[in-house]
Amino acid sequence: MENTVYSKGKAQAKKLRAQRGPEHEVGGTTPYRIVCIVVLVIIALLFTFPLYWIITGSFKTNQVNTARVPQWFPLAPTIENYQNLFTRPAMKWLGNTVVMCVSSMALTCVAGSMAGYALAKKKFHGRALFFSLFVGAMALPKQVILIPLLKEMSFLGIHNTLWAVIMPTVGWPFGVFLMKQFSESIPDALLEAAKIDGAGETRTFVEIVLPLISPGIGALAIFTFINCWNDYFLQLIMLNETAKLSISLGIAKMQGQFSNDFGLIMAGAALSSVPIIIVFILFQRFFTSGITMGAVKG
Amino acid sequence: MMNAAGKVRVQSMREAKIRENVAGYLFMAPALLFFFGFVIFPMGMCLYTSFFNYTMTDFSFIGFGNYAEMFGDAIFIKALTNTIIIVLVSVPFTCFFSLWAATLIYRMTNRWAGLFRCIFYLPVVTGSVAVTVVWKWIFNRYYGILNYLLVNMGLISRNLNWLGDAQYALGCIITILLTTSVGQPIVLYVSALSNVDHSLIEAAEVDGATNLQVFWRIKWPQIMPTTLYILVITTINSFQCFALIQLLTSGGPTHSTETIMYYIYYMSISGNLNRYGYGSAMGVILALIIAAFSAVQFRMARTDNG
Repeated sequence: MENTVYSKGKAQAKKLRAQRGPEHEVGGTTPYRIVCIVVLVIIALLFTFPLYWIITGSFKTNQVNTARVPQWFPLAPTIENYQNLFTRPAMKWLGNTVVMCVSSMALTCVAGSMAGYALAKKKFHGRALFFSLFVGAMALPKQVILIPLLKEMSFLGIHNTLWAVIMPTVGWPFGVFLMKQFSESIPDALLEAAKIDGAGETRTFVEIVLPLISPGIGALAIFTFINCWNDYFLQLIMLNETAKLSISLGIAKMQGQFSNDFGLIMAGAALSSVPIIIVFILFQRFFTSGITMGAVKG
Repeated sequence: MMNAAGKVRVQSMREAKIRENVAGYLFMAPALLFFFGFVIFPMGMCLYTSFFNYTMTDFSFIGFGNYAEMFGDAIFIKALTNTIIIVLVSVPFTCFFSLWAATLIYRMTNRWAGLFRCIFYLPVVTGSVAVTVVWKWIFNRYYGILNYLLVNMGLISRNLNWLGDAQYALGCIITILLTTSVGQPIVLYVSALSNVDHSLIEAAEVDGATNLQVFWRIKWPQIMPTTLYILVITTINSFQCFALIQLLTSGGPTHSTETIMYYIYYMSISGNLNRYGYGSAMGVILALIIAAFSAVQFRMARTDNG
């Protein structure tokens, strides 16, 4: 849905607006709407402020950062904070986070698209039961299981490794649910035709199903990546050795240790958030469609 | 002849059925492995260990002992109260604000709509850790911007210790929580509003319906499923409020920002008490409360529709 809306281009958007009639014209006609838009813009500016402050703050000296009168823009920019940051294993943390997120993403996409296809198109015993289990589990608080998970991971001997974060992320049923939604749109006739042509299950899945659900996989991939990056609680429980931390966890620990060095912490915050924001902006379209599809039958 | 052919057909049908089942389970296998291993099993363990006095040194069955202890535990009651306050304030506010913002955004051109959606999603993507770094400074007693602005405007006479004062700390946490929870509802509402059937709206306008009537009579019923979904996910998220508290106040001062999730973490891990059984029992209660809230919301939505 979203994709087609985006690719329509200006001309069609204008046509659409003309169809809707003058009341719905963009830009608003009533003074009420104008006031609302002004308020919305002010709130939106406030929402961008934390990011602005992190980035500018990372180039200010600590003295400026903790001055009573805030300096709205770094007048004497310095890279000292970043030099300080890189004497700590910040790059290592960033690397850990990328490995963790990419692995979670890949495994979730594989497991999710296979199971989603099976739930939508294969009539096996217990299909309805599994589906209700997946949906039911999604309605439960994810964090409640973290303490038993910690014990389980220690038992398996993977506590304090990235796997302890990856496994529960992959297990979370949202991916299966999302991919089922996307797989339902595959025409049955196409699968029948493949069967008649003698294509095996694997070939049908790889050559017919996967290309058809690729927008869904894109959505799931970006969704999992961003969620994994920001799943602070899970990382906090599972990782504790300095060399094995994720970037947000590393920054949080640094914040506890050097709570007075705001410049250093801002630089760390920038390092933990700017990469993921870039990923988000690049793949925003997929992300939006993923959120919307996941809710259709929620 | 006929009989034999029928038999063959029955057999091949049965074979096809078996093959369908085998294929289904093979496709399900990886997801089921992760799901049962790392979601269902720990859920079961959570329920099971909630009946035990489970610590570093002990593992003995105590029946409903943990549950009984909970309701005599003043800090747990405080945590429960705080959690419910957070939910009751943040859920309606999040839903109302995101609906309001979405009604403005969905009529914009794609480029502007995309920009606004992106901006309201920013705090979510930025992550709790980076966001709290800034909020810590905003609320700082000595050089925070909130004190600077309020003192300059003459609204307060001296700097307040926002996060360190039991009177304000929970309010500060809720404010931050709100900024990190409107992103997804706005995306959902914008998409739901754009999918509202336009022929109905036009028909209503021809009949002279006001904008407000069009909204309540036509759009609102059609976006009801989205509202329900948003209510449920926002409730679940608010009940689980943890990261902001762990990073900003550690439940203090004097337990004024203690939430159930943070108390579970304190009891099982950070407090060096290692009371896993007690933590699990609180987790079970939290899950039950969330389930009850979701059920009520579903019921409300159904009567609204009927």
